[in-house]
Amino acid sequence: MLEIKNLCFSVEDAAKRNLDIINDLSLTIDDDKFVVITGPNGGGKSTLAKLIMGVEKPTSGQIIFNGVDITDMPINERAKLGIGYGFQQPARFKGMTVRKLLSIAAKKKLPACECNDYLSRVGLCSSEYLHREVDKSLSGGELKRIEIATILAADPKLAIYDEPEAGIDLWSFDRLTETFRQIHDAKDGHSIVIISHQERIIDLADEIVLIRAGKVADSGSRDEMLPKLGYNRRTVTNPKCVMIPRDRSDC
Amino acid sequence: MAKLTNIDAHLLEAIAELHGMPTGAYNIRKDGQLLERHNTANIEIATKTDYPGIDIYVKPGAKNETVHIPVIVTASGMQDVVYNTFYIGEDADVLIVAGCGIHNAGSKKSEHDGIHTFYLGKNSRVRYIEKHYGVGEGTGERVLNPTTNVEMEEGSVCEMEMIQLKGVTSTIRDTNAKLGKGAKLTLTEKLLTHDKQTATSNMKIELEGDGSNVQVISRSVAQDESVQVFNPLIIGKCECRGHVQCDAIIQHHAIVKAIPGIEAQSEDATLIHEAAIGRIAGDQIVKLMTLGLSAEEAEKQIIDDFLS
Repeated sequence: MLEIKNLCFSVEDAAKRNLDIINDLSLTIDDDKFVVITGPNGGGKSTLAKLIMGVEKPTSGQIIFNGVDITDMPINERAKLGIGYGFQQPARFKGMTVRKLLSIAAKKKLPACECNDYLSRVGLCSSEYLHREVDKSLSGGELKRIEIATILAADPKLAIYDEPEAGIDLWSFDRLTETFRQIHDAKDGHSIVIISHQERIIDLADEIVLIRAGKVADSGSRDEMLPKLGYNRRTVTNPKCVMIPRDRSDC
Repeated sequence: MAKLTNIDAHLLEAIAELHGMPTGAYNIRKDGQLLERHNTANIEIATKTDYPGIDIYVKPGAKNETVHIPVIVTASGMQDVVYNTFYIGEDADVLIVAGCGIHNAGSKKSEHDGIHTFYLGKNSRVRYIEKHYGVGEGTGERVLNPTTNVEMEEGSVCEMEMIQLKGVTSTIRDTNAKLGKGAKLTLTEKLLTHDKQTATSNMKIELEGDGSNVQVISRSVAQDESVQVFNPLIIGKCECRGHVQCDAIIQHHAIVKAIPGIEAQSEDATLIHEAAIGRIAGDQIVKLMTLGLSAEEAEKQIIDDFLS
């Protein structure tokens, strides 16, 4: 369980004035939950995710993960406790292969069949990508899907994805939503937090948190929140009804 | 069979990934003397009569052959100059593994200057791997100044990978190549310098035959107070393609100077150069930390892969 207590994060603007990005935000995310954080641009969603991962340090407040105060803990220690973060704009690595990056994430040398599993779950054909370098030869969408595959390989207890759908084509997006659904349906103590504006991702959530101006403006179950957000509740949510095209993930 | 000391074995492993004597043709040189040599049916290694060094003859049509010619220097104060000439027959396909390891336990300078010349016959293929490595608890300098000359006949293909990863106090590397019609050369240079080491790499690649193609890839890491200078020049004299790419990671107080040059002497020459020098990107370190690596582990991983 993740508990965020009275979290604040501010930066100085060009005129040296304090600008509150996260403002006295409190939030609890229970185990086995699928939570979507949504809200307007500039509202503090990505900053909140970075504060949870430790990429940014809060000005004040507390972050507790499974009873451990991680507020001042470095990024890698949080990762070892079981927090993972899929970046909105992933890093590129000259000379590092996809297989190597996945192996670092999994903390072991991954056999090809396991890499194949992680890559196919994000709609990529393993044989085409395993030995590719994670460099500028990959398109933005390919890089994004490999980023998500690293989180699948790391298998954290709490996985935070920052706009995972951005830059991903429609066919791969179907595969991705299916993957998120499978993780959630496993109900094995893993929680997923996704920052998204995408209706079909929001539709997967148990809980929806609306963040605006650095605060939790509203939160509640999917059924409570969807009308408030102006979305119509989808009628087709049975995973068996989701069409997975015969794309490269089948190879 | 010559006996290898522990130091010899360590150096051979570092420069040629050898555990004991290799298979195929080989010539192992230690402290200016022949340690062991082996010829095969298709490859003859002969001692030069005019200069110190060897001539290596690969018969036309020889396929899947290997030649190992490592040099080890273990005597402090040793100044070794060697001329090795490779004659690759038409249609031959060969892997050549060279390299020099210096172990200097003393206070005097140890130096090895290898002058390698390759003549590639028509449609032949060569893959050449050269590793340089220095080690030793002594204060004596470890100096390696290799010169590589390549002449490529029509349709020949040459892949050269030259690696210097540790312990060489100073190096001046000169590489010259002339490419005939349809010849293809790929030159990959990987370099890591640290402490107060210096490294200079000069290249002059002349594209003389229509359809010739060269790709130069330089990846380097400069640490501490080391200094690196890259000076590759591609000259296109005909319908040809050339691409030179220098990528360097700079750390601490190091200096890297990259001057990739292209010279077109024909309107049909297509030549491109690019160079980038920069520190390790912060987002790379942060990403690997989110996967559980410490900042130091992340940095090492990034450098290892960059030079892999």
